[in-house]
Amino acid sequence: MLAYVGRRLLSLAVTLAIASAIVFTVMEILPGDPAEVMLGTNARPDTLAALRAQYGLDRPAPERYLAWAGGLLQGDMGLSYTYSVPVTQLVAERMWVSLPLALIALTLTTLIAIPVGALAAAKRNSATDVGVMTATQVGIAVPNFWFAMLLVLVFAITLRWLPAGGFPGWKAGAWPALKALVLPAVALALPQASILARVMRSSLLDTLGEDYVRTARAKGLTRAQTVRRHALRNALIPVLTIMGLQFSFLLAGTIIIENVFFLPGLGRLVFQAITQRDLIVVKSVVMLLVASVVVVNFLVEVGYAAVDPRLRRRV
Amino acid sequence: MAHRIARVLSLALVAGIAGFAAGVASAAPRKDVTLGVRLEPPHLDPTAGAAAAIGEVVYANVFEGLTRIDRNGAVKPALAERWEVSPDGRTYTFFLRKGVKFHDGTDFDASDVKFTLDRARAADSVNPQKGLFAPIEAVEVVDPATVKVALKQPTGRFLFDMGWAAAVIVAPESAADNRTKPVGTGPFTLATWAKGDRIELARNPNYWGRPAALDKATFKIIGDPTAAFAALMAGDVDAFPIYPAPENVDQFKADPRFKVVVGNTEGKTILAMNNGRAPFTDIRVRRALSQAVDRKAVIDGAMYGYGAPIGSHFAPQDKGYVDLTGRYPHDPKAAQALLKEAGVAAGTRLRLVLPPPDYARRGGEIIAAQLRKVGIEAELVPMEWAQWLSEVFKNRNYDLTVISHVEPLDLDIYARESYYFDYKNPEYKALYDELAATSDEGKRIELLKKAQEKIADDAVNVFLFLLPKIGIWNAELKGLWENAPIPVNDLTEVRWGE
Repeated sequence: MLAYVGRRLLSLAVTLAIASAIVFTVMEILPGDPAEVMLGTNARPDTLAALRAQYGLDRPAPERYLAWAGGLLQGDMGLSYTYSVPVTQLVAERMWVSLPLALIALTLTTLIAIPVGALAAAKRNSATDVGVMTATQVGIAVPNFWFAMLLVLVFAITLRWLPAGGFPGWKAGAWPALKALVLPAVALALPQASILARVMRSSLLDTLGEDYVRTARAKGLTRAQTVRRHALRNALIPVLTIMGLQFSFLLAGTIIIENVFFLPGLGRLVFQAITQRDLIVVKSVVMLLVASVVVVNFLVEVGYAAVDPRLRRRV
Repeated sequence: MAHRIARVLSLALVAGIAGFAAGVASAAPRKDVTLGVRLEPPHLDPTAGAAAAIGEVVYANVFEGLTRIDRNGAVKPALAERWEVSPDGRTYTFFLRKGVKFHDGTDFDASDVKFTLDRARAADSVNPQKGLFAPIEAVEVVDPATVKVALKQPTGRFLFDMGWAAAVIVAPESAADNRTKPVGTGPFTLATWAKGDRIELARNPNYWGRPAALDKATFKIIGDPTAAFAALMAGDVDAFPIYPAPENVDQFKADPRFKVVVGNTEGKTILAMNNGRAPFTDIRVRRALSQAVDRKAVIDGAMYGYGAPIGSHFAPQDKGYVDLTGRYPHDPKAAQALLKEAGVAAGTRLRLVLPPPDYARRGGEIIAAQLRKVGIEAELVPMEWAQWLSEVFKNRNYDLTVISHVEPLDLDIYARESYYFDYKNPEYKALYDELAATSDEGKRIELLKKAQEKIADDAVNVFLFLLPKIGIWNAELKGLWENAPIPVNDLTEVRWGE
């Protein structure tokens, strides 16, 4: 087992090293110069050169790569070109918005999707099932930003129950901060819940066709008991895998929703950094996301191996 | 049951008290304001970044210059109480205000002025407008309240230039940290900056001049036009001084809670032509395009009718303006004939590069349709800012682009070597050099007119319209600027009520 974990760790390190080289190269190829963006159209060549030197952009690329990657290893993401503050600080600030938002949205997704999906599967081909399938089809088809605008129109402009956007910060109190996250979380959760409910439904239907379910029924359990005790747990495995993917999407893939609600989240940080060519921020945040996905995968693999000894032999 | 009635009653009572409290609170004028801004400033040091968003927060509020530009675009005294100009126009003596302190408590005096000006023109300067300081030969501290600035040649607009955001006075003690902790002399200090969300300014209790009426001002960053609409409608922001969505202005006009003020900016929006590249090396082609484009259709389509037409690179509200909008009347037939004469075949393909602003993206589509009518196929190439700056502005790798030049009185760009539209005319250059060295008002106006006419005559670019400043704010809010002679949000006169 130890040898297996060692091999997986090595491959994790290699993956991260390759990813960092790719991310760095892509940022090098990207047209546009951070100094030009900062100094604008009246900048003189000598001023641009001075600013490039300040940013350290006058040094050769391999040297800059090593400095950046070395810094990352020590937890130092460098200094943002635009904001002139450490990237770690920027990321930490944004995490306080993105992480709670992702968690709330994922909780809502789960709370909606699992009961709804299970219900649809249990009552296959009934009116309920058709209703759920139609509703989730609409949920997937309607873009979440459009849905977000509808929510703003109803709850912020007409009813004035919730703010139209922005984030007051957790220092302003838990309630005002949560209030600011309600509409974006709902807008994010509904399409995700639609996807997850469908996964839940088909996964449960698959398990309901398994032999052990028939055995359970033959043993004399009612249909509801079978679903609850035997089928549901097994059906949840693919659902959990999808949820894991959804969480990483919700953490940084919410650029559009963050724009609609002008939330200072991680997605908008990356977006803004790309347009301003704050490349050091882009590189570091992308690496952070890569690292989190790779580490989660590593944990999952080790977890599978712990459960199933056959997996340890294959690398 | 009785219990429930009591609960309902007590709720009603609480609601009543809350309502009463709110009523009392609204009787006294509010002391805070929340302004929506489209772009977040990258940092807060106007002497180290070109982004207009920096000046929109700090100019006149946090930082002040020797002179300042007021709401009408006029030069007014600021940290310099008054000044004297030598008869040869080469020496400016500034008499400074006394008793002025920076936000960190250090004194402001002549040495800070010398430090600021020397820093801006130093070899390692990162000032985005270093050109403003190029005419300076030497800065001399006469006494703590007097500074003498010697110029290499007379510079007609020197006092105006010293009022720009990039020329604000900073202190040697704090200059290095101004990006994140701006320390100026203005009526507001930076309170908090929640990055990505808002910037809060607080009143400076030790301000040398008339104290601000507001205790607190918040700049809320709202990039999305639809979100800007929602934030105003929901009352999350009190004003959007530069409102980004002309398409839904009418809804605010119909709502008595809001005031809609359409003013002007210095943003000369042009269809720039690459004068250094065929077919635009031929003046007939440039003139043909000037006739092919229908300004009014562009203004109506891209700007929903907001924006005044221009006929040269000059804003109508500025002194010395000549109306040249009739120089090339819209005439597709004449344009077609000119193109034929110049040997431009029908169906010629050109690249029309469009930067991100809406005026460019929308305007570009309309212009492409108009060009198609005279036989030019414009291929629309959308680009983001950074790419536009390197591809179009630096490398001049384009045929056509739509862009707004927001710097005031920037006729100098037509005299610059290897500027992106690559206009080379020694006659114009001589004209501009004469203008730059002229301080006499009457002579300046005469030269300004000649310069505008020359640019229009040579059809350097197709001149479209002046970018409007659409301001929307709470009807009770007073004192915001109607026009934007420079892109700023001066809060010194902003207050609530009568």
